[in-house]
Amino acid sequence: MKKLINDPNDVVVEALQGIEAAHPELRVDHQNKIIHRGDAPRKGKVGIISGGGSGHEPLHGGFVGLGMLDAACAGEMFTSPVPDQMLAATKLVDGGAGVLHVVKNYTGDVMNFDMAAELAAAESGARVLSVVTDDDVAVQDSTWTAGRRGVGVTVLLEKIAGAAAEEGRDLDQVADIARRINANGRSMGVALTSCTVPAVGKPTFELGEGEMELGVGIHGEPGRERLPLAPASEIAAMLVEPILADLPFTKGDPVIAFVNGLGGTPLIELYVMFNEVNKILAGHGVQISRSLVGNYITSLDMAGASITLLKVDDELLSLWDAPVNTAALRWGI
Amino acid sequence: MSDNVTTAVLEEWVRSFAHLVAENRDLLTELDAAIGDADHGSNMDRGMKAAVAALDASPPATAGALFSKVGMTLVSTVGGASGPLFGTLFLRIGSTLGDAETTSPAALAAALRAGLDGVVQRGKAGPEDKTMYDALAPAADALDQALAEGADLAAGLRSARDAAAAGRDATTPMLARKGRASYLGERSVGHQDPGATSVALLLEAATLAAF
Repeated sequence: MKKLINDPNDVVVEALQGIEAAHPELRVDHQNKIIHRGDAPRKGKVGIISGGGSGHEPLHGGFVGLGMLDAACAGEMFTSPVPDQMLAATKLVDGGAGVLHVVKNYTGDVMNFDMAAELAAAESGARVLSVVTDDDVAVQDSTWTAGRRGVGVTVLLEKIAGAAAEEGRDLDQVADIARRINANGRSMGVALTSCTVPAVGKPTFELGEGEMELGVGIHGEPGRERLPLAPASEIAAMLVEPILADLPFTKGDPVIAFVNGLGGTPLIELYVMFNEVNKILAGHGVQISRSLVGNYITSLDMAGASITLLKVDDELLSLWDAPVNTAALRWGI
Repeated sequence: MSDNVTTAVLEEWVRSFAHLVAENRDLLTELDAAIGDADHGSNMDRGMKAAVAALDASPPATAGALFSKVGMTLVSTVGGASGPLFGTLFLRIGSTLGDAETTSPAALAAALRAGLDGVVQRGKAGPEDKTMYDALAPAADALDQALAEGADLAAGLRSARDAAAAGRDATTPMLARKGRASYLGERSVGHQDPGATSVALLLEAATLAAF
């Protein structure tokens, strides 16, 4: 393992110190491992918080700021934050209009956010609504699994719901928008390598030089199928076709197309993938209205990519285009 | 019938569990790496170390306070799924045992049963989902049965330990239906469940305390 770290056990704490030093407009509550807007709480604005295990940066802390999240809770590496953190963040951002919790569908995240929402209702009386993202088509959504994982759609949701809250919409309206986004977005990912959790020191799973893991999650958990490595054109088809079939997306649908790197893949390869996605979508008559290419929801040093398609309408597009000023997404300001 | 046990003996159980978790930290993490995300050992160890530190800082006077403190500490420090699940297990045991100065075998068995119910409510797992349930439910059953047959608490806890270990071993061929392991489908078969392994350690720790 070669990593730019000191003590492996200090990675999360030291990264939070770095974020605070690099982004003076943000505040960090080191005790509770919360990154929040310097101007929180904003009176009358719906607060939006999210959180999850560390190792997915810039998710979620990189999305705190104008037009997106009010606060993000950082858990241990790949481990959901604890209820105390979400409770503290909820109180911190509640400007009287209630708080939306954005939760990725993982067993631990859902249980910890549930406990936090129960505590918030009991302790502060803050009105809390939760939206759970579950967009990963690689997982069968059935009573036989924990349900689909929340992946790339989470980024798009935080941007769009964040804009709706910034516009002054109320908690129910913001939550409705968030649920619409989750309902209309689908994702799937592929890993070319495993990833190494610093405190573990070795790759989470073994993947041979000529192999790839299709349908991988974002925690180094293996996917559903191991296949021989293939050209980008074939890999893109293996990801895009199941996404298109699942919603389904049909001819004429406008979409936001999001090619996301998992942390260890160069941007130039992500553009090679976007080129393939563009061709496949053109073949189906699906229209790319907006695009996002880069490392936004990662799995430490994993090489690979995920693709997310979100079916949009004019309202969602105008919220997508609204100003955003965060460490990782910034436009229109 | 055996005598009631003191809070000091129950605390010895909790401390023995912390010790066993520390000893088996790498094993738990390796089991989790196979079908989860390679953090169960480090998370449980962090949580139980914090729980022991909390007990050192202010020794609880009652069994209820003891288990509630451990449960709160686990919820606040472990994260992931294990934090709410093991936290709820201890919190329910604590609230069931309450303020009594000593604990009867029947009260301990009822508390373990209540803890199991709490885990089911929080995690919604059932038999053969390949989770901690598969070790915890047989342990609660074995303790009830042994006490009903006239065993003393020490013998009952040995039965519970054996049932938990057998339940843990039985998770290996199961197909995971809850938690991150469920994403693997058929590929989860052949791996022992880390949560069930921690439950087996909890019951093993009980037999190390002076019941």
